[in-house]
Amino acid sequence: MLEIKCPYCGPRFETEFSYGGEAHIERPKDSENLSDEQWGEYVFMNSNTKGVFLERWVHTSGCRRWFNVARDTVSYQILAVYETGTKAPKLDLRKDV
Amino acid sequence: MKSRYSIFSLMRNALSYHEKWPEAWRSPEPKSSYDVVIVGGGGHGLATAYYLAKIHGIRNVAVIERGWLGGGNTGRNTTIVRSNYLWDESAGLYEHAMKLWEGLSQELNYNVMFSQRGVMNLAHNQQDLRDIARRVNANRLNGIDSEFLTPHQVKDLVPIIDLRGNGRYPVLGASNQRRGGTARHDAVAWGYARRADEHGVDIIQECPVNGFEIENGKVTGVQTAKGLIKAKKVGVVVAGHSSVTAEMAGIRLPLVSHPLQALVSEPVKPVIDTVVMSNAIHAYISQSDKGELVIGAGVDKYVGYGQRGSLPVTEETLAAICELFPSLKRMRMMRQWGGIVDTCPDASPIISKTPVEGFFINCGWGTGGFKATPGSGWVFADTIANDRPHPLNEAFSLERFNSGYLVDEHGAAAVAH
Ligand SMILES: Cc1cc2nc3c(=O)[nH]c(=O)nc-3n(C[C@H](O)[C@H](O)[C@H](O)COP(=O)(O)OP(=O)(O)OC[C@H]3O[C@@H](n4cnc5c(N)ncnc54)[C@H](O)[C@@H]3O)c2cc1C
Ligand SMILES: [Zn+2]
Repeated sequence: MLEIKCPYCGPRFETEFSYGGEAHIERPKDSENLSDEQWGEYVFMNSNTKGVFLERWVHTSGCRRWFNVARDTVSYQILAVYETGTKAPKLDLRKDV
Repeated sequence: MKSRYSIFSLMRNALSYHEKWPEAWRSPEPKSSYDVVIVGGGGHGLATAYYLAKIHGIRNVAVIERGWLGGGNTGRNTTIVRSNYLWDESAGLYEHAMKLWEGLSQELNYNVMFSQRGVMNLAHNQQDLRDIARRVNANRLNGIDSEFLTPHQVKDLVPIIDLRGNGRYPVLGASNQRRGGTARHDAVAWGYARRADEHGVDIIQECPVNGFEIENGKVTGVQTAKGLIKAKKVGVVVAGHSSVTAEMAGIRLPLVSHPLQALVSEPVKPVIDTVVMSNAIHAYISQSDKGELVIGAGVDKYVGYGQRGSLPVTEETLAAICELFPSLKRMRMMRQWGGIVDTCPDASPIISKTPVEGFFINCGWGTGGFKATPGSGWVFADTIANDRPHPLNEAFSLERFNSGYLVDEHGAAAVAH
């Protein structure tokens, strides 16, 4: 069970939250000129990082606001919680296999 | 040629107190080069190596496994085998596997304990019923045995079920595939390993692959803990670690890795002789030959490489099992574990060539690839040997995420496991 610290409500159990997958994926601006490969990359491809991963969560059973989390996907340790629209804080983005 | 397993070899070895059985496969040091290197010694990788040697005559092959054979999802799954998928593409692939299962113990001279005890998928609401009716009919059009069961028929086959689901999960009907069932997961890995070894395949355990040698867009070798191994072709079959491994070759995949967990109870006398699945509430149950109830749960919702699984998921599953089978309420669970499953956006596998020449990938089986083990290895071997997909896996290319031609088995096919 994860304990996630909602930036607006404080620490709560994982069951109060829903998951939004990888963070910082921007919708392509020049959409009418994109190739199928570029669309494929935007819609489907995923970093699926083993190590520190930047991801989105929403506090569904609480304030219902979205925010970002930096979490180690092996130890599940949460390294940072930060607001949507802001840059990830500087972290040691370790990756291991 | 190794000695065959038979009633006679069993008796002969009994005389020496079973202390003189020959090893089932060798553990050689890797050669400096191979025609094909398979990365990942799960059931799919071992089956691929076996069919490469047996059908395609490519015997200069190594299977390179980071841990031990079958220590990944092959040895962690709830062993449900069925082929009643919705779409024609899936029906072709999974039914091909089913036909191989039906002769597998003989083919491998290894008892994989394939037990066609039937697999049932429950419907709890009107939409479930409509989906099931559609799928049963689609299966029949594809020549796959599939039938619709009324609640009464469900109760006849599974006397311990509460059709009212304690008021929460009423059973309104079910689909049933009688040819479906279970198999012994470890035996599948060991049986393929033994046969592949017999055909000359080198099986190398405790040897992680850390990178690939790629020259002018063509793979030429594999970097391992035991040094560089040259290879003309490489097939990667590493389930939950597919994204991580493909990235070493600069290939991006559409997968998300999640922990999926299962549990077994203390052993009891036979109470259920078929497999009951309820996708809507994420609970699956069957009984092993030892008498343990084997229960499968859902995935953790977030990306995870920790092979354990989150407690709320366990609780949800066991709560659903208790509502459907009230007599099991006081059973104690003995073990719980998790495996990392590589889920794909359309809940179908990727068995494909890649932008890197000579580099093939077989992944995305997610929560339900055990049932496909023989078929997956068979088509993957064919794809690697001939440098083009077999008609059975043509639709399962990596390219489909650009063309949009997905094989959407989510929901519609009661896809889990
Ligand atoms: C709890 C659970 C229940 C399931 N229930 C069912 C079910 O009832 N029915 C069903 O059909 N499916 C089920 N599945 C899914 C099924 O187990 C998998 O789809 C299938 O076993 C995948 O087989 P595989 O050989 O591809 O993978 P694995 O058996 O995971 O083999 C991959 C191997 O690759 C190795 N590897 C990884 N990285 C490297 C590297 N860098 N170098 C070398 N080796 C590496 C791993 O150590 C592993 O042994 C379940 C899965 C889980 C976890
Ligand atoms: Zn909140």
